[in-house]
Amino acid sequence: MSDAELWWLIIGLSAASYGLKIAGFVVVGGRTMPPVLERCLALIPASLLAALVVKDTFTTAQDVVVDARAVGLLVALIAVWRKAPFIVVVLAAMAATAIVRAIS
Amino acid sequence: MTESQGDARKQVVNASLTLGAAVGVTALSFGLAAVSAGASVWQACTLSFFTFTGASQFSAMSVVGAGGSPAAAFGGAALLAVRNFVYGLVLAGRVAHDDEGRRFSLGRRLVAAHFVIDETTAMTTAQSSPRLARTAFWVTALSLFITWNLGTLVGALAGSVLDTRALGFDAAFPAAFLAMLPAHLRTSRGRAAAVTGAVVCLALTPFVPVGVAILVAVVGILFGVRP
Repeated sequence: MSDAELWWLIIGLSAASYGLKIAGFVVVGGRTMPPVLERCLALIPASLLAALVVKDTFTTAQDVVVDARAVGLLVALIAVWRKAPFIVVVLAAMAATAIVRAIS
Repeated sequence: MTESQGDARKQVVNASLTLGAAVGVTALSFGLAAVSAGASVWQACTLSFFTFTGASQFSAMSVVGAGGSPAAAFGGAALLAVRNFVYGLVLAGRVAHDDEGRRFSLGRRLVAAHFVIDETTAMTTAQSSPRLARTAFWVTALSLFITWNLGTLVGALAGSVLDTRALGFDAAFPAAFLAMLPAHLRTSRGRAAAVTGAVVCLALTPFVPVGVAILVAVVGILFGVRP
């Protein structure tokens, strides 16, 4: 992605994010949504975050790969399971990945 | 104000400030990760200032780092930001008007809207009185806004002078997403949606442009159709 495209992405995402915040908080306000819509929207983070974990660990462009990042994810998984703070999870995964890269 | 109200207020302020500190550390990792994905320090900071919603920012930079198109990076991040719309509905009933039910000015509500995110929603909805809810909202909002932007700047500056690949900064992305996930896995629906998202993403990756598998993975939300 070029520098200009990245700026457009930043502008677009900032507009979309603020637009969604205003739509809920100012425009629509304290009304409730149909329950089915509410249930589906509540599941967006679960679906997307899980997909992002897999994408960032096991893919490079369009290839499915297993490399040093898999070790990082395993370490992160243990840290999350042990209820470690966010930064510990991230640093542990980074360190594990860096170590595997250094020795391989 | 009675003493117990003052105590409750102090507790709310303390909790909000503590949360701000924790979020600042998350911002450090965002700054590092954004720069490792190819963003400049300015770009990382602009994103944090104006988008101000963590999961979407991480998601966009993750697709950028993988070489995806701007549209694909935008799509996944914007879908994650739909959460903020739902939070807005919830918070409008709690912080958009005073104790007598008079709505605050449009200008004030437009400013408040920028701070409608995960953490302010959690802190605000946890309070027992409208007054405490408004305190929680504003203290959390301002403390997070400051630490999120400062943390991004420091992380991005550090990332721009370090060898990000050798130090495993790209591994910060999946670890960050994994750390955000457990809150959404408490229900069987949430778990089904997560497994579906992960499987769909991996299965489609070889066949669709970079970043598009993330968008299709959102089919996992259909587990919410059944009552």
